[in-house]
Amino acid sequence: MTDLLDKQTAQERSTGTGAGFAPVLPVDIRACALSKSFGDTLIFSDVSFGLSRGEAVAIVGSNGTGKSTLLRCIMGLIAADSGQVEMLGTNVSAARPAELRKLRAQVGLVSQKHNLVPRLSVLSNVVHGLLGQHPGLRHWSQALAPTGSREAAMEALGKVGLADLANRRADRLSGGQSQRVAIARALVGQPKILFADEPTASLDPAAGEDVMDLFFSLARKQGVTVVFISHHMSHALTYGDRVLGLAGKKLRLDTRADHLNEAELRELYD
Amino acid sequence: MTDISHPARFERPSALAFLGYAVGLVIIFWSFAGAGFSLDKVISSPPRFADFLDRAFPPNLEPKVLSRLGWKMVETLQIALAGAVIGVILSLPVALLAARGLIAGPWINQITRTSLGFIRAVPDIAWALVFVVAVGLGPFAGMLAIAIDTIGFCGRFFADDMEAVEKGPSESLTATGARRLDVVACATVPAALPAFISTSLFALEKAVRSSTILGLVGAGGIGIELKVGFDLFDYPTAMTVILMIAVVVIGIEQISSKARSRIIGEQR
Ligand SMILES: Nc1ncnc2c1ncn2[C@@H]1O[C@H](COP(=O)(O)OP(=O)(O)O)[C@@H](O)[C@H]1O
Ligand SMILES: [Mg+2]
Repeated sequence: MTDLLDKQTAQERSTGTGAGFAPVLPVDIRACALSKSFGDTLIFSDVSFGLSRGEAVAIVGSNGTGKSTLLRCIMGLIAADSGQVEMLGTNVSAARPAELRKLRAQVGLVSQKHNLVPRLSVLSNVVHGLLGQHPGLRHWSQALAPTGSREAAMEALGKVGLADLANRRADRLSGGQSQRVAIARALVGQPKILFADEPTASLDPAAGEDVMDLFFSLARKQGVTVVFISHHMSHALTYGDRVLGLAGKKLRLDTRADHLNEAELRELYD
Repeated sequence: MTDISHPARFERPSALAFLGYAVGLVIIFWSFAGAGFSLDKVISSPPRFADFLDRAFPPNLEPKVLSRLGWKMVETLQIALAGAVIGVILSLPVALLAARGLIAGPWINQITRTSLGFIRAVPDIAWALVFVVAVGLGPFAGMLAIAIDTIGFCGRFFADDMEAVEKGPSESLTATGARRLDVVACATVPAALPAFISTSLFALEKAVRSSTILGLVGAGGIGIELKVGFDLFDYPTAMTVILMIAVVVIGIEQISSKARSRIIGEQR
């Protein structure tokens, strides 16, 4: 029964919404009737959507509409009150801690703030991105890490153009550099899905543009599914294949980006 | 236009608050009575105190005595340092259990915090008495007393330090599937490290102050010289001990506050 549902949604995604002749892709994330309240305050209810492999989806909405909360529910960092999330074939809501960790090891997160550990080196911070796959002491610091992991971390740093800063302390970086290190940390484990929560919020516009370009060129190259929150409508339209809009405690919008323009998107905020 | 009513300069206390103040005053006077406060003694004490100072000065600066006291002071500092180091090391795992939302559940948090509260509630000199009974007279008992006292202090404050760390980095690591212990080791502890060092320096200061009086109950250190000095009415030697303690304690406080401001300064 659920199997059938799977195929249907996937079919819808690739044909129904207008992509034309795209092949049927596996569904990486499916959210089903998600609701979440904090205490008596309902944040959102009945949110459902599905994401296919390799798709980039922007979540938009005014401040405080629950975008970050939705992202946390999807990753299982907080539990939804009702509804289900399935990610990479695992039911997040019902997963045991060990299963959840295994699942998250295939996922990367870039947050609003870079969230690097300030007193450690850039390289150690990137090595931490492998902790999901390699738990234990050896990945606590670059100094203890196995050669393979150090090489992977250096390669990831190379991709974001910061290999020469590997030894620098993370709190001695500019905002843009920090966010690029955070991207390297999210990518080093070769994730299947990348989440980003307003990755440019703490950056000036030019640095933000650079970070978005870099983030998406790497994500596309590795063919990962991307879920990103953005309050820049232009970012949502430029980088997203699809746009989900939260407003009035509901999912008000689920449309292909090329069927939208900024004016339509702006309506969501009123 | 000008008839905006100003707030009263003083608020009239409510009847309940007034009762509270009255009860407070009564308790304070009652405490003076309980403490045997006597104006007679206050008036008669300056001459007696002057008499003590007269007999204590000049302090005993005989080289032989100075060298004996010096070595006792060294032993005191050894007790303080050894006890504080062991205490700080043992505080780390204890703090992990006491910190809410890190690796242990709420029950373990509460049990650990309550035990730490108990350890702190028992005065260091009482711990020293207990360890003198357990391991016999001497500096080892003193060191154990300092160690347990340090655990009570650092265990609690290390836990608070870790709880106060920004959650962002640990959430990022959790999101990539890291285990709790790994998250704590990689994100929480490094961020809390400056606070740990600052807390440990306070613990060391506290240990030095405690260790100077452990000798009163036979748990090693220079305190025994103070006791003997007073018992034998050898006030000049007792005065030397008091001055030595003051100099060392103030010195340690200076060094430690310099170190602390360097560490915290470096953080910014
Ligand atoms: N842990 C929490 N406890 C209580 N309220 C929360 C919590 N996290 C978020 N909220 C509230 O939920 C609402 C949505 O927050 P958030 O998901 O961060 O919105 P957005 O990311 O869209 O700006 C906000 O009103 C916020 O105050
Ligand atoms: Mg947010």
